[in-house]
Amino acid sequence: MNQKRSWFLPACLIAGFAFLYVPILSLVIFSFNASKLVTVWGGFSAKWYAELLGNSQILDAAWLSVRIAAINASLAVVLGTMVALVLTRLGPFRGRALLSGMATAPLVMPEVITGLSMLLLFVSLEQWFGWPQGRGVTTIVIAHATFSLAYVAVIVQSRLTQLDESIEEAALDLGARPAKVFFVITLPIIAPALISGWLLAFTLSLDDLVIASFTSGPGSTTLPMVIFSKVRLGVSPEINALATILIAIVAIAVVVAGYFMKRQESMRQRDIQRAIAANQ
Amino acid sequence: MTRIAYVPLGHRLAHMFEPLARQLVRLPPVRWLLTQVSRLGFSGKSLVISVPYVWLLLFFLVPFVIVLKISFAEQVVAQPPYTALLGWVDEKFLTLKLNIANYLFIVRDSLYWKAYLNSMKVAAISTLLCLLVGYPMAYGIARTSPAWRNVLLMLVILPFWTSFLLRVYAWIGILKNNGIINNILMSLGIIDSPIVMMQTPFAVYVGIVYSYLPFMVMPLYATLEKMDLTLLEAAYDLGCRPFKAFLRITLPLSIPGIVAGCMLVFIPAVGEFVIPELLGGPNTLMIGKVLWDEFFSNRAWPVASAVAIAILLLLVIPIMIFQHYQARDAEAGR
Repeated sequence: MNQKRSWFLPACLIAGFAFLYVPILSLVIFSFNASKLVTVWGGFSAKWYAELLGNSQILDAAWLSVRIAAINASLAVVLGTMVALVLTRLGPFRGRALLSGMATAPLVMPEVITGLSMLLLFVSLEQWFGWPQGRGVTTIVIAHATFSLAYVAVIVQSRLTQLDESIEEAALDLGARPAKVFFVITLPIIAPALISGWLLAFTLSLDDLVIASFTSGPGSTTLPMVIFSKVRLGVSPEINALATILIAIVAIAVVVAGYFMKRQESMRQRDIQRAIAANQ
Repeated sequence: MTRIAYVPLGHRLAHMFEPLARQLVRLPPVRWLLTQVSRLGFSGKSLVISVPYVWLLLFFLVPFVIVLKISFAEQVVAQPPYTALLGWVDEKFLTLKLNIANYLFIVRDSLYWKAYLNSMKVAAISTLLCLLVGYPMAYGIARTSPAWRNVLLMLVILPFWTSFLLRVYAWIGILKNNGIINNILMSLGIIDSPIVMMQTPFAVYVGIVYSYLPFMVMPLYATLEKMDLTLLEAAYDLGCRPFKAFLRITLPLSIPGIVAGCMLVFIPAVGEFVIPELLGGPNTLMIGKVLWDEFFSNRAWPVASAVAIAILLLLVIPIMIFQHYQARDAEAGR
């Protein structure tokens, strides 16, 4: 290939990744800024972290968000896995197209529409049946789980289509009941997809502002809602400190996952070596 | 922002957690639990179909019917602030009152037209910019060595795991009048007075491209990675210049990725609320913001519902294109 091409792509990559990471870096750097003006450097200080830890409004909201996210993720994994199983393993049945449509549409639905429709549903349900009484954690979890399950379904579905069905068929032929085949054979194989689905559903819920704003009630203010109301008034160094803590958690998680990956890879290499040695 | 986990992203994540999951299912208590549950022996099929089916009908489909219903209601000062469509006259006749005033209102008021057209314009331009930035990145990643590829893909996905709201917030610090860019330019003596970037369309474009770039890169990467490179070699051997080979071979082959990426950016960007609200300021007219204000500031639930139905009508074709590609991918068993 010619000379021109060889520098063009690396340059694009460097510029692209700089674009993705410079804003994140700026958040981290200015969280250690002594000055209240977020963008003027006034010396190193960790005082915003101390202030953050003393801010009970943010801490309460964070704890509420984590609880909502955990319940939502668990619910979404169960429902999403069911959808994926139905769509990949149960063959044609009436209404399959509708289910598949309902399970992919939430992926691209604008959030303001999902939020509004959910709220109007809850208001109508309360009018007709008296449930749910008011809005709060329950309504937020239901709204979040409904769009999160679509993400889980997509991931699990792609894992299930890759899976060799003959293993499941063999177990069925040997007399295992379908439920047993699922829990003892299928589930362990699709476990990585379930974990990534759970984590994705967790972060989606933890990050959601719009749908939570529509479906929450008084006394159930989530972390993004607190951040949003603060950010609307202007930049505040406490928010930078909060962002840095979140980034640190993600970075640690990635390093841990990377460690597991490497270990697994070296174990696999060792097994391959052994197999070759045994065959000789 | 609607955060879309596209199939390749799911794959990447699943791949990441594969070792962890293997360790987990090997743990004796987990094994024991799975065996116990499998002994319960509930009859699966109808249960597995009906639970998610009922859930999605109740919490996804029915809400849209209710939005449609309330868009035909009248606004009243009450709790909830709309009228019922069905009523009894003389306790004998069931009457259905459809009020199209909300639709007439949003058709006649030029504010809504402007908001629609502006949302479409902003979403379209942002999608194009995302494609222009994302394509070379995806191409570059697909053509590096496999070891680098994994690292770079991780770096594309990583911002997903930090808060979207906080990443948009970071741009306020960068773009505002006494922000990072203006401070650097002024200290270097390039400009005397700050360039106004916040609360302009420029800030909105930057915010959307920044937030949605990974959604463009992932599907593009997926198609470019699968491409048969011998086709390019054959073209070079036959004397084709690299740029022409790119236009005639690589670009047409990556069209599925381009369409998927563009839909993933365009559809949610039309209804975007957070980015125009935080970066665009009061002058940015976008339909997601209009809906939000109608609902929260004016408490005009019926008008907000009519706006929602109108957005849906606008997006129904892009959503169908997306579903079509999604279904095709699922069948191809990626």
